[in-house]
Amino acid sequence: MKEELIISGRMNPNIDPVLHLWHWEIPVYLFLGGLAAGLLFFAAFYVIRDEKDRFPTAVKIAPILAPIAIIIGLIALFLDLKHKLFFWRLYTVIRLESPMSWGAWVLMIITPLSFMWVGGFLKEVFPKIDLKKGFSSKLLKLVFKESEGEVNWKWKYNFLETFEKFIIFRRKELAWVILFYSLILGVYTGILLSAFNARPLWNTAILGPIFLVSGFSTAAASIMWMSKLPEEKKWFSKIDIMLIIIELFFILHLFMGFLAGPQVQVDAAALFWGGQFTVYFGLFVVILGLIMPAIFEVMELSGIHVHISIPAFLILFGGLIFRFVMVEAGQITRYLY
Amino acid sequence: MRYAMAIDTKKCVGCSDCVVACQTENNIPLGYARDWVTETINGVYPSLQLEFRSERCNHCDNTPCVRTCPTGASHVIEGGIVKVTHEKCIGCGACIQSCPYDARYSSPEGWVDKCTFCDHRLKDGQNPACVEVCPTHCMYFGDLDDSNSPVSKVMANRKWKVLAPEAGTSPQIFYLI
Amino acid sequence: MKTTRRDFIKISSIGLGSLAVATPVVNYITGNSNDNPLSGTGKISRHANYCEVCFWNCAGWVYKNEEGKIWKIIGNENDPHSNGRFCPRGTGGIGMYEDDDRLKKPLMRVGKPESQEYKEISWTEAFDHIAAKMKEIGQKYGNESIALFKHGSSSKHFGHLISAFGSSNQAGPAYAQCKGPREEAFTLTFGEPLHSPEPLDIRDSKCLVLIGSHLGENMHNGQVQEMSEAIDKGISIITVDPRFSTVASKSKFWLPIKPATDNALLLAWINVIINENLYDKDYIEKLSVGFDKLKEHVQQFTPEWAYGITTIEPNIIRETAREMAKAAPAVIVHPGRHATWYGDDTQRLRAIAILNALLGSWGRRGGFYMAASAKLPKFSSPAYPKPKWGWKDINPEKYPFANEGVTNLIIDGSHPDYKGVNKIKAWFVLGTNLPVSIPDTKRTIEAIQNQEFIVVIDTMPTEITGYADIVLPECTYIERYDDLRVLPHREPNIALRVPAFEPRFESKPAWWMAKEIANRLGLGDYFNYKDYSDVLDWQLKQIGSSLDEMKNLGVKKFDREFDDLYFAEGETPEFGTTSGKIELYSEELASYGFPPLPVYKPMPEPETGFYRLIYGRSPVHTFSRTTNNPRLTELQKENKLWVNPKVAKEWDFKDDQEIWLQNQDGIVSEFSIKVRITERIRWDSVYMVHGFGHKDKRLTRGFGKGISDAELITKVLIDPESGGTGMRSNFVTFVTENPGKEVVS
Repeated sequence: MKEELIISGRMNPNIDPVLHLWHWEIPVYLFLGGLAAGLLFFAAFYVIRDEKDRFPTAVKIAPILAPIAIIIGLIALFLDLKHKLFFWRLYTVIRLESPMSWGAWVLMIITPLSFMWVGGFLKEVFPKIDLKKGFSSKLLKLVFKESEGEVNWKWKYNFLETFEKFIIFRRKELAWVILFYSLILGVYTGILLSAFNARPLWNTAILGPIFLVSGFSTAAASIMWMSKLPEEKKWFSKIDIMLIIIELFFILHLFMGFLAGPQVQVDAAALFWGGQFTVYFGLFVVILGLIMPAIFEVMELSGIHVHISIPAFLILFGGLIFRFVMVEAGQITRYLY
Repeated sequence: MRYAMAIDTKKCVGCSDCVVACQTENNIPLGYARDWVTETINGVYPSLQLEFRSERCNHCDNTPCVRTCPTGASHVIEGGIVKVTHEKCIGCGACIQSCPYDARYSSPEGWVDKCTFCDHRLKDGQNPACVEVCPTHCMYFGDLDDSNSPVSKVMANRKWKVLAPEAGTSPQIFYLI
Repeated sequence: MKTTRRDFIKISSIGLGSLAVATPVVNYITGNSNDNPLSGTGKISRHANYCEVCFWNCAGWVYKNEEGKIWKIIGNENDPHSNGRFCPRGTGGIGMYEDDDRLKKPLMRVGKPESQEYKEISWTEAFDHIAAKMKEIGQKYGNESIALFKHGSSSKHFGHLISAFGSSNQAGPAYAQCKGPREEAFTLTFGEPLHSPEPLDIRDSKCLVLIGSHLGENMHNGQVQEMSEAIDKGISIITVDPRFSTVASKSKFWLPIKPATDNALLLAWINVIINENLYDKDYIEKLSVGFDKLKEHVQQFTPEWAYGITTIEPNIIRETAREMAKAAPAVIVHPGRHATWYGDDTQRLRAIAILNALLGSWGRRGGFYMAASAKLPKFSSPAYPKPKWGWKDINPEKYPFANEGVTNLIIDGSHPDYKGVNKIKAWFVLGTNLPVSIPDTKRTIEAIQNQEFIVVIDTMPTEITGYADIVLPECTYIERYDDLRVLPHREPNIALRVPAFEPRFESKPAWWMAKEIANRLGLGDYFNYKDYSDVLDWQLKQIGSSLDEMKNLGVKKFDREFDDLYFAEGETPEFGTTSGKIELYSEELASYGFPPLPVYKPMPEPETGFYRLIYGRSPVHTFSRTTNNPRLTELQKENKLWVNPKVAKEWDFKDDQEIWLQNQDGIVSEFSIKVRITERIRWDSVYMVHGFGHKDKRLTRGFGKGISDAELITKVLIDPESGGTGMRSNFVTFVTENPGKEVVS
């Protein structure tokens, strides 16, 4: 029998008896970051390929979620900070070795870019805005003013009108920039965890690609859910099936890697195979979050009608649970005792 | 200069004096500890082995905590001592997640706290409080680059190990076995 | 040596490819605020003291800042007890001062004796009441009917008070619940007790034999330090313990003995050492009496005989005996300290003393050194009145060899079932929590309830304060003067205690309380000083020092009168025994009808489903007195029950499962205890640390944490020679469902 224990009564909050420093904030942040990255990627990608009219939801409508997701994600991240008043310290230095640092900077850059993207399509998406009645009109009047014509509004300030024209004129260039940063953001959400070698579950390079693919998969699911065009729906359904297959392959790879690894990683894998995370991971992430939606989507493509909201919801839900599981389980895995 | 500590598991009785001495010396609030003692038992009665270890930040050569810190609050000072500047720390927890020894924690004020090797005492030529108080004299401290330091001398004559070497951090707390 | 070491400068620079952005101008960027743990809080000062968390009384310094915030306590480097290093309890001693659960004001019971209702009263009221009660009880039953139970340095002041009042009935658990049998066995053998700290020359020893003594778990500071030093020098340690104790893990030989069979092992060792001619012939011949009788007596106790009793294999018994002899005379068969185990303890300690004599370790380097104390003149005080009777007269038949007050005898004299004439009717209790420190809590409480008046002087509300008529809040050792510490050591030395702080709340030092009560009894002449510092200054000036000098030194050492730390070569020293020699055979014991040579007596064994209750010490706690200390409960807040995995499997226990214990007399523990499944304990025994399971809710950290072994020790086997209360023949079984006991308070 082997017995290992801390006998000096150490009970540091959030560290003992097992590390539990990160709660809901970080998984939510990672989920929303991945979702935003995917949404922006698809939008930029199809603009670059000049297919914005073929995939209007992906290019114009779904990206509206991106800045919202990023802002909520940043709020979650801020809530996670224990020394909040010093958060500005993030922006006094760039530390490329620290994913947390370059993540903060990427978000700093991609947030305004996402607003610019959405703003550039706003007149196309919402040609009519009611600025006459209700409480919401008062808020909207802060940035919009009434106008005549096809589009019944204008930006309140002329420089915004000018800026909008510039964005529309340079949309492709903007798309390239967003494409670049969305990839970094997507990779970052995975690398954030895998940078922490101290947690055997996270100590694997495959985590970055998994999170990237998973993020893109949630984005594709959102687009196909929001889209009203059968062709666009079908197309993103196909993309999604492909992403799910890749993700499943990566997950398989992840566990094979663990089982071939040192004991601490074998132990980490055991959490998912008969351990306390088996149900969450096996049922919610793999079966309900990946396999079932893939089957539904294949059924839909082969003509058996399944309401699109079901696979889409399952994918989003599975993606969120996946991040919760990885953050929670990762903190349990350790090298000592 | 490279500060390091060697701890003799053959002498340590696991009394936790190092822990309470650290807490009083460094004014650590109740409920928190920068160092701790572990007990490991192997075997079946009556063939047993027992090892006590006084543990703390390993002041690693390869510092994942400093690497992952987004603000530079975690840093290394002369002698390889890993420290945290409170006014730069945002409390994101990255360093805590990156430490394989769980040697860091969030202080009640929010910044991350950890062992400093009592650098305020080193300036006065004193040993860290834990080393100085140990009734079994089981801890040796000093400069590894100085072959006459207590830690260099004891390590030259004894077998030793480090904790979780596979984590790749090159820890600087050595356990004499 | 490590060779792959990255340059720290490279690491500390902000990072590869990093970009420094202009630092915003904010005033509070001042670098590391944790450079000085007490920065900005004024000048640090230090104040001499000696520790009162345990009896080792290590001398050290209390550090505080100008604002009066306590910082730390650090050992005094010149102190032979600590060598500048306090143990965890001493280091955490500041928690005694900081504890907000402390007794704050004098309390007087209102309502019935069983009630726990108290009102706060003034010191004057308290003293007036106490003096009036003392007079009343003195007139009714004689002044002798007042007894003092005591522990710790400040008990001297109350001892002085009741002696001046005319009672010699003083006792502390340090004797009959601890080292009593040991002191008497060594007095019977070598003519002197061992005192405290024991004169063990561990640092120069080559072989240390520990029998149930768990050095390292008991933090007898100087001994732990010397053992560590000896480990460096390659000492071979032999540990006899049914439990894989800390020191067992550091031993060359661990003998996992069947509990309660130590005497058989000791006798077999004596047998081997004599029959293999391993004893110190010259030493035994010159310095001892009774060797032939001993030799004849031990012939029957062969290692083969002992094997059947102890479960220790004969070859191991022989091998360990030879190991001792190889190291002799630099060998110590450790006499232990808490020696009251099985009710035949004087006999066991006699066997230990004899074994040491055979190995020639008494008076030898690496064995027992000859300790010396500093000589300090007594502060003048009138002679005490002569009491008509003393504690021995409560039952003159009992405990003929007890040389100090026997607590349980005083409790006998206090109990309603006492049929004699010398009744105890009132108690003073200072610094000892009797319901926990004396076994058989029920009997102690019956005796308490038979008292007409009880005064408790303590720093903390404990079980005993709940039985007091008057509670007097004593300030802690870092807030008061006490006597100089004058204890024997290699070099005679003294240590000073001065207050570093004004007492917190309305607590007061014991010397002041005793003096105030004495004044009201017309005994003011016995306390002829204004402040206790006057006494200390006077005493110190008599020996060429002063209070001021000692405040700077803390500890002062003196030269030995003679160069007699060890016996000189060829010297024939005289011993304090009747024969003037080491008495292997004790005529004195024989004359009282006790075995003159040690014997083995089989002890009761547990029935099926019961396990022997073994208790011990934690390095971070002293008895029950520290289990509310905020610093020390941080380290260990409860005790756990050690259970062997085989037993755990049988009972289907999980780690940290909460269970209750029931002893052989049907007593169930008040609280539950968590199970620790560990290979460190034998399958026929369970183990827990003593001192937990406080029942007083005012102890916010200690209340209901773990359980008290004392309440389960209802079978007490009394050592007939010394009166020591053997506590290790109690057996427990497990109760897995909450027995739902009504809390009777």
